[in-house]
Amino acid sequence: MMARRLPLVALLALVALGPRLLPEFYVTLFNYIGLYGLVALGLVLLTGIGGMTSFGQGAFVGLGAYATAYLTTVHGLSPWATLFIGLAVTGATALLLGAMTLRLSGHYLPLGTIAWGISLYYLFGNLDALGGHTGITGIPAVSLFGLSLESGRDFGYLIWAITLAALWATQNLLASRQGRAIRALKGGSLMAESMGVDIARTKIIAFLIAALLASLSGWLYAHLQRFVNPTPFSLHHGIEYLFMAVVGGAASLWGALLGAGVITLLNEWLKDLLPKLLGASGNFEMIVFGVMMVLLLQYAPNGLWPLLARRLPAPRREIAVSDAQPLTQRDKPASGTTLLEVKAAVKRFGGLVAVNDMSLTVKAGEILALLGPNGAGKSTMFNLVSGVAPPTSGTVHFLDRRIDGLDPRRIAKLGMSRSFQHVRLLREMSVLENVAIGAHLRGAAGVLSSSLHLERGEEARLLAEAARQVQRVGLGEHLHDAAGSLPLGKQRILEIARALCADPCLLLLDEPAAGLRYLEKQALAELLRKLCGEGLGILLVEHDMDFVMGLVHRVVVMDFGEKIAEGLPDEIQRNPAVREAYLGGVE
Amino acid sequence: MDLQIALLLAQDGLTNGAIYVLLALALVLVFAVTRVIFIPQGEFVAFGALTLAAFDNGKLPGTVWLLLGGAALVLLVEAVAARRERNNQRLARALLFYGLLPAVVAGAAWWAAALKLALPVQIALSLAIVVPMGPILYRLAFQPLAEASVLVLLIVSVAVHLALAGLGLFFFGAEGSRTPAFSEAMLKFGEINVSGQSLWVYGSSAVLILALYVFFSRSLYGKALVATAVNRTGARLMGIRTSMAGGLAFTLAAAIGAFSGILIAPITTIFYDTGFIIGLKGFVGAIVGGLASYPVAAGGALLVGLIESYASFWASAFKEVIVFTLIIPVLLWRSLTTHHIEEDE
Repeated sequence: MMARRLPLVALLALVALGPRLLPEFYVTLFNYIGLYGLVALGLVLLTGIGGMTSFGQGAFVGLGAYATAYLTTVHGLSPWATLFIGLAVTGATALLLGAMTLRLSGHYLPLGTIAWGISLYYLFGNLDALGGHTGITGIPAVSLFGLSLESGRDFGYLIWAITLAALWATQNLLASRQGRAIRALKGGSLMAESMGVDIARTKIIAFLIAALLASLSGWLYAHLQRFVNPTPFSLHHGIEYLFMAVVGGAASLWGALLGAGVITLLNEWLKDLLPKLLGASGNFEMIVFGVMMVLLLQYAPNGLWPLLARRLPAPRREIAVSDAQPLTQRDKPASGTTLLEVKAAVKRFGGLVAVNDMSLTVKAGEILALLGPNGAGKSTMFNLVSGVAPPTSGTVHFLDRRIDGLDPRRIAKLGMSRSFQHVRLLREMSVLENVAIGAHLRGAAGVLSSSLHLERGEEARLLAEAARQVQRVGLGEHLHDAAGSLPLGKQRILEIARALCADPCLLLLDEPAAGLRYLEKQALAELLRKLCGEGLGILLVEHDMDFVMGLVHRVVVMDFGEKIAEGLPDEIQRNPAVREAYLGGVE
Repeated sequence: MDLQIALLLAQDGLTNGAIYVLLALALVLVFAVTRVIFIPQGEFVAFGALTLAAFDNGKLPGTVWLLLGGAALVLLVEAVAARRERNNQRLARALLFYGLLPAVVAGAAWWAAALKLALPVQIALSLAIVVPMGPILYRLAFQPLAEASVLVLLIVSVAVHLALAGLGLFFFGAEGSRTPAFSEAMLKFGEINVSGQSLWVYGSSAVLILALYVFFSRSLYGKALVATAVNRTGARLMGIRTSMAGGLAFTLAAAIGAFSGILIAPITTIFYDTGFIIGLKGFVGAIVGGLASYPVAAGGALLVGLIESYASFWASAFKEVIVFTLIIPVLLWRSLTTHHIEEDE
């Protein structure tokens, strides 16, 4: 445990003693690493964890810097007031930019930020009020508790206090309900949306946090340098910030500081070395950075931090689960109540009719199987019900509410929960945390309280509930394992636990028995029987006849998008149309 | 503003717009085939123009060394791969395309540099030096990451841009250059004068666009590119090598970029980093077309040229601000008209 903490202790010692002991030059470098690390931290959250990216962070830094430079020099405001004004301006800009680009495909955000980075750079340089390309000088020093932080040595403490606080808060955020939603952005959006996470909002939150951290860094920069001009906020620097995040390790928060350190020191060294080597002056370090990035992304796409972290003794991190008070459960409809009613649903994709005139009902306390050969339209039907793809015509009612046309998130909120045919898990995250995503709608903690860890009571209850569901489906021994390390069959069971964690009254399961061994299938059947005994309704899409026939109450069979039979399991087994669909007629 | 100025500005805007159209088309092409958002496109514009300028000054352009260095690296990578596969054909092909051919081009450039040959010869040599860097770049930077996400490819693309811009600074220095016009003619159409160079720009753009159209609709390789753009896996199953398609797309993009630079160098002074901004303006056009539609991208690029021209008249200091802020309403419009559920990668 001590060895693990060693780097942190070393960093803290450096922060505490460095500004007093190091020569001026190194103090300045160290301060810059803190400033850049703050920006890189936001980018790690955005790029490495959220799967989005921005080349325009330099412009956000500029907004924070220019806001305070202009308002403190021209209007004489206190730096502490301009800090919040700068954050507000940046936040509003980021919201606007995010709202416009984040609904589009992933590459529009970075492209938008490139354009916006250039545009703002030229704006800074051409507005006379902001001093044009010469910039603004005479920015006052920040004072804290009557202490004026004029020298870089003193101001360094403020920089590092803020950077480390930001790191702490971001780490807190990631280990929370909101953080799980952010971590689901990369590769789990559809799943998270089905669990009630508002993906669009979560994306904007991540982008906003990154922008605000950049703006904060800009404020610090302006009061460290005491003058600003457009150069440090150009697109070029925006690119460099992204490189810091990628070099350090885009998926680890500590990587942000490592990357900022490596790039800053390397930059300093190369600026000195290359002009001598090449016999000309210019920003030749960008050649090295460019080539380095290409090689890094080809050979070590996770950056340097994982390589470093591997050398540290890493204890298995387990998230503590307590016996917290159970979460409140929704009122369940009485057994026999109609939960789901699909009437005359049609789905066309261009000229192809994937589902034609399908009707079915599912009651509380009942298991309905939806059978059919490959390509019969079962999965499309499933998507119609869960809101992934709305029907072309026809209606879907859930608990007497019309739900066709609602998005998956709203439907999840009403008490319908699903698993996926192709398992959708966050492979790096533990089983416990994956299941906890299912309980997203049962918590309410926001980003701010999560960052400050003020929501630990609620979080404990969410995790306790998740642990309970993991036990319930029989995966208790895997609670802290990475979800991706489980065999496929168990991953499917995990999906059921996640769905149950949402406290649903209707469960949609897409081929849950595929890939399970005989005994596992029996255990699953036992579980499903128990669940429906508790009044849950289950709609099951399945291939495995043996599994279905002994388990379900009613069967609906589809072929070529249409219902060809409906009835009790043994009626279906004798039905000639079904036999033909499954075994093939004479051509 | 009277009519004459308005027409003059329109002519100016159309000239630049025609260049942006070419670049926008190349960007859409590269993105469709390889999913790479080709930021270094602008460097090819600058390299094309500055290589020609070096020949014009009787100097050996530094890009020759870049060509030789890049080709040597590809040769090395290919030779290692060929050895591992025990594939002598691959080795021979690599030796031909990345050994012999660049050496011949470099030799010709070295021989021609001091001679100050006729402009068409200089242009042909400049293209022969710069265009092969397209496939070289693809082979070295992008092909190993062909299956990576659009995001990773974009970051690589930006990194490559940075490296090439730095190399451009090293080879050509910080001073800008202009090259002689293809034609000194000045034609009078009623009230306005149109320079011969502008006509060259319009004419070459039209011919290039037509040539691309014929290439994509009539030739086997063109159809292979279209197939790869529509469906990579499907194209692969039909025996189209995606690495071939990628290399070809990069070659076309490099050719279009370098030629655009050569076209525009007599009109604007080109610095080592001018290409980046020119390329990004092509981008704004391409984004209007959603990085997918060729005609809409072309229309968008023309619009960018015109807006830029009129902006430089009314608010010249804010020209770049206006052009790059144009992307905001475009994105807004796309965002409001697209109903698209983000698929997980």
